[in-house]
Amino acid sequence: MTDMSVRIAGVDFKNPVMTASGTFGSGAEYGQFVDLNRLGGVVTKGVANVPWPGNPVPRVAETASGMLNAIGLQNPGMDLFISRDLKYLEDYDTNVIVNVCGHSEEEYLKVVERLGDEKRVDMLEINISCPNVKEGGIAFGTDPAAVEKITKAVKAKARQPVIMKLSPNVTDIAEMAKAAQEGGADCISLINTITGMKIDVERMRFVLANKTGGLSGPAIKPVAVRMVYQAAQAVSIPVIGMGGICCAQDALEFILAGASAVSIGTANFHDPLTTVKVIEGIEDYMKRHGIEKISQLVGAVR
Amino acid sequence: MGDIIKTKAAVISQEQLTDGIYSMYLMAPSIARKAAAGQFISLYSGDRSRLLPRPISICQTDAEGGRVRIVYRIAGAGTDEFSRRVPGDEIDVMGPLGNGYEARIEREGRRITDDTVSIITGGGIGIPPMLQLASQLKGRKIIVLGYKDQLFLNKEFEKYGQVYISTEDGSAGTKGNILDAIREHDISGDYIFSCGPTPMLRAVKAFAAEKGMTAYLSLEERMACGIGACLGCVCTTKEKDSHSNVKNARVCKDGPVFNASEVEI
Repeated sequence: MTDMSVRIAGVDFKNPVMTASGTFGSGAEYGQFVDLNRLGGVVTKGVANVPWPGNPVPRVAETASGMLNAIGLQNPGMDLFISRDLKYLEDYDTNVIVNVCGHSEEEYLKVVERLGDEKRVDMLEINISCPNVKEGGIAFGTDPAAVEKITKAVKAKARQPVIMKLSPNVTDIAEMAKAAQEGGADCISLINTITGMKIDVERMRFVLANKTGGLSGPAIKPVAVRMVYQAAQAVSIPVIGMGGICCAQDALEFILAGASAVSIGTANFHDPLTTVKVIEGIEDYMKRHGIEKISQLVGAVR
Repeated sequence: MGDIIKTKAAVISQEQLTDGIYSMYLMAPSIARKAAAGQFISLYSGDRSRLLPRPISICQTDAEGGRVRIVYRIAGAGTDEFSRRVPGDEIDVMGPLGNGYEARIEREGRRITDDTVSIITGGGIGIPPMLQLASQLKGRKIIVLGYKDQLFLNKEFEKYGQVYISTEDGSAGTKGNILDAIREHDISGDYIFSCGPTPMLRAVKAFAAEKGMTAYLSLEERMACGIGACLGCVCTTKEKDSHSNVKNARVCKDGPVFNASEVEI
């Protein structure tokens, strides 16, 4: 019998595969292709205390084995998110992790406090790593003192376990991971996108209206695996790994590097069934290698 | 919801219409049965280094034969790859996506009858979806097609209505754009339908406002998911959109067809 269940910060997951924030909405659109009940968790698109309009278009551009996005955290605000998106997820047997964004500590805390009463929310993922908004987002995630401070503030108010989502746009990821742990984070997730740029040479202009965007997809996977390994070595709290996962082998790299669970993002755009295929592929791998519990694989490569 | 499928579609035929413009028939019965004029399909590259689907408008459907026709322009490596597919090859496709013209009209409580006069306009690679609209729309249809220089598909429109042409270089029809052709021939109607480059849509919107006509525009924007999840392809709306809760609608899911009066372009 293969046991794919994992427990992260006291929350039980039926398997270690979830969606990556921003690529999956709140599940309604992909729910017509994927049985959400199969997933370990759905990580929602970032939600703020009030609606955010996001950035001008073009917001997305394809790159070699990846893509750039500069959506700018467009979201409908927490009231509509709770009454519509969370309600939709009530019907599914999967963990719900709400990604929280803000321009200031105060804005993050408004969302965290409001979600505290919501039974359907299993965990919070605090986005301190979005490269596409000027204030907030990455500004909180690239300085260890700021990471620790915002983590402490969130932990003081949060009623669900807190995942701090870290940015790869830093010199020393281990330092950021430790800062989140110092601040009391229950878990860390990484990597968010890597800041990039694409120029249309014929038109002699930037492809994205925002000039820069976040690079995701298979192109960033080796960077992500390296950072997950370094972060997992630096802290004792669980790590959720992501960055370019397209198949079970990719997911297993992250798990062997130290991730207790993984998220699938950009690959959903190419194949909406990626999450389920990854779950099935991990199960096959465990059978093939005679692994009974997936926890035996976490951090097995040192 | 539930009407969108992702499937492997066999290439039935592939034909070059003019420089860089190809016509391909795909066998996709479940899409052919449901697709309406103005909807689109996503085509997926066989090369995993090109992750994002290419949204391409549906040019014609044959529900009984299960065929979907697309007429597309080679705009980069992805569409170049599709143009090299030969009969018997398979392409991953998803569709039908978005809302077509008639769904939008119905939602607004309007009706197109046998007495309705519609101006159907297409510019460049915005022309193909108008062929299906021209074939399905009731009433009298006046068709205005704008090209840079080389014509394509124009003959196929002739059975559905009077066809007027504009070319930027003046090599055929009116020299200029479709608005120049509309003005030269003093064309008027109850509705104007349009798909083409944004400056053209902007001009159609202004023309419709000037004449007091209702205009429906099919917008184009860079997309990622194609199904409304990623918020990559938004357009600015006049009023707050009920899904986004801000003045942004999703071109892929809420559009691509919009009433000109509801979008800021």
